[in-house]
Amino acid sequence: MAEAAESPGDPGTATPRPLFAGLSDISISQDIPVEGEITIPMRSRIREFDSSTLNESVQNTIMRDLKAVGKKFMHVLYPRKSNTLLRDWDLWGPLILCVTLALMLQRGSVDSEKDGGPQFAEVFVIVWFGAVTITLNSKLLGGNISFFQSLCVLGYCILPLTVAMLVCRLVLLTEPGPINFMVRLFVVIVMFAWSIVASTAFLADSQPPNRKALAVYPVFLFYFVISWMILTFTPQ
Amino acid sequence: MAAADELAFHEFEEATDLLAQTPNEATTRGDQLVPQQHVAVAVDSGGSYGAEDEVEESDKTALLQEEKQQPGFWTFSYYQSFFDVDTSQVLDRIKGSLLPRPGHNFVRHHLRNRPDLYGPFWICATLAFVLAVTGNLTLVLAQRRDPSIHYSPQFHKVTVAGTAIYCYAWLVPLALWGFLQWRKGVRERMGPYTFLETVCVYGYSLFVFIPTVVLWLIPVPWLQWLSGALALALSAAGLVFTLWPVVREDTRWAAVLLLSVVVLLHALLATGCKFYFFQPLPLEPAAPPHQATSQPPTVLLSPPPPRSAAA
Repeated sequence: MAEAAESPGDPGTATPRPLFAGLSDISISQDIPVEGEITIPMRSRIREFDSSTLNESVQNTIMRDLKAVGKKFMHVLYPRKSNTLLRDWDLWGPLILCVTLALMLQRGSVDSEKDGGPQFAEVFVIVWFGAVTITLNSKLLGGNISFFQSLCVLGYCILPLTVAMLVCRLVLLTEPGPINFMVRLFVVIVMFAWSIVASTAFLADSQPPNRKALAVYPVFLFYFVISWMILTFTPQ
Repeated sequence: MAAADELAFHEFEEATDLLAQTPNEATTRGDQLVPQQHVAVAVDSGGSYGAEDEVEESDKTALLQEEKQQPGFWTFSYYQSFFDVDTSQVLDRIKGSLLPRPGHNFVRHHLRNRPDLYGPFWICATLAFVLAVTGNLTLVLAQRRDPSIHYSPQFHKVTVAGTAIYCYAWLVPLALWGFLQWRKGVRERMGPYTFLETVCVYGYSLFVFIPTVVLWLIPVPWLQWLSGALALALSAAGLVFTLWPVVREDTRWAAVLLLSVVVLLHALLATGCKFYFFQPLPLEPAAPPHQATSQPPTVLLSPPPPRSAAA
């Protein structure tokens, strides 16, 4: 029988007990059972999750990643101040967009190599090395965004320009003329502005306030070069 | 207990006495030999540096000595120290390069001995892309006037422009810095600029070419040459005014030779860009003969059937 609250040699109990008279008679151990199961809900769920990704079908795996990419596309098209792009970054979206853009910018048949538009490799290099340079620039200026988060944002914000490229290609199927050019110019300008607004919505907060313009200007230059490549595209 | 005069600030009085005697010295540790301090103290009676400058110099160099920890070149913070500029500082440096004045040394007044790499790098990138884009636009405008000119996006000009500008903006300052270091022994008063300061001067001096290149879109030849000459004059003047204090103490022939080589290289760059990217138009009246297949040139606007393309 465990006795609580009575320690031998306690000088305080030498005096007559004023308050806690019957306290030492109470024992706790056997009256209230302290048994049972402790379940941690998260743990069992994680265990299920681990085993299930191994056994799930390929379609599930691909659809999950595609849905993540699609969700980020929506965030780019309707830029709000949200952290989704930054928190769960991935580079699938930028890769898909870059390859699509480079494929569409290729000239169909081989003219003279020197005078043509950008080759696939040139577009690829411009997009990826441009994004890496801008990321390095913003980190060197003291921004607190991680390397891959910044690459993710810059790559996803090419989506409006890829849409512009699709529209331009469709427009070029029709009769060439000044209206043709004006339509393409208007579309490219609107999408260029959209890209810049989207990327600054995500990137601007990570810079110290007196250097925001220094970090945003290279983004402007990057999307300007891509827009120029789209605008000067002429099919064979 | 403590006596009243022990509590009096004796050390402080000593320090104030010292400061009263030598008002121009900053309170640094005595063992620190600041190599640039003797530059500031030797007042130039020629009038380039006023007295307030030397107080500024010694205070600033003292502060900088205490701050600089010099992290190793393999750490990220080493490179971060080259990008330690604010937007207002970059804009101020650009303004200083656009309006050179004879007494104002770019390095001392605008850089204040804190060179940055942001300006040179992004000004060169902007200039390379602007050159390629406006060169292409010139071709478009010429093609509108004379539809037989073959238009093509000419994307390879971007790589050519980039390589040329970056090589100029980095290799020429390297050569200049090397030369100044080699002639260091001749100068007593003023130390040479560091490599980064030289790169900074060259980088910011290229800024004036960006609006000039855009102006070259206007197809009026005398206007093009006038704006080119104006830009070259401003840019070269900035370089000369910055280099003059360093080179002045050298022998006469070395000074004149160096300054004329600097101006000549700058002029070469300007005219090279003008001729390569903005070729005098029209290129050729017929379609260029090196095209193997006789394909009609596709253009932005509807072309009349080309006269001799199928020949």
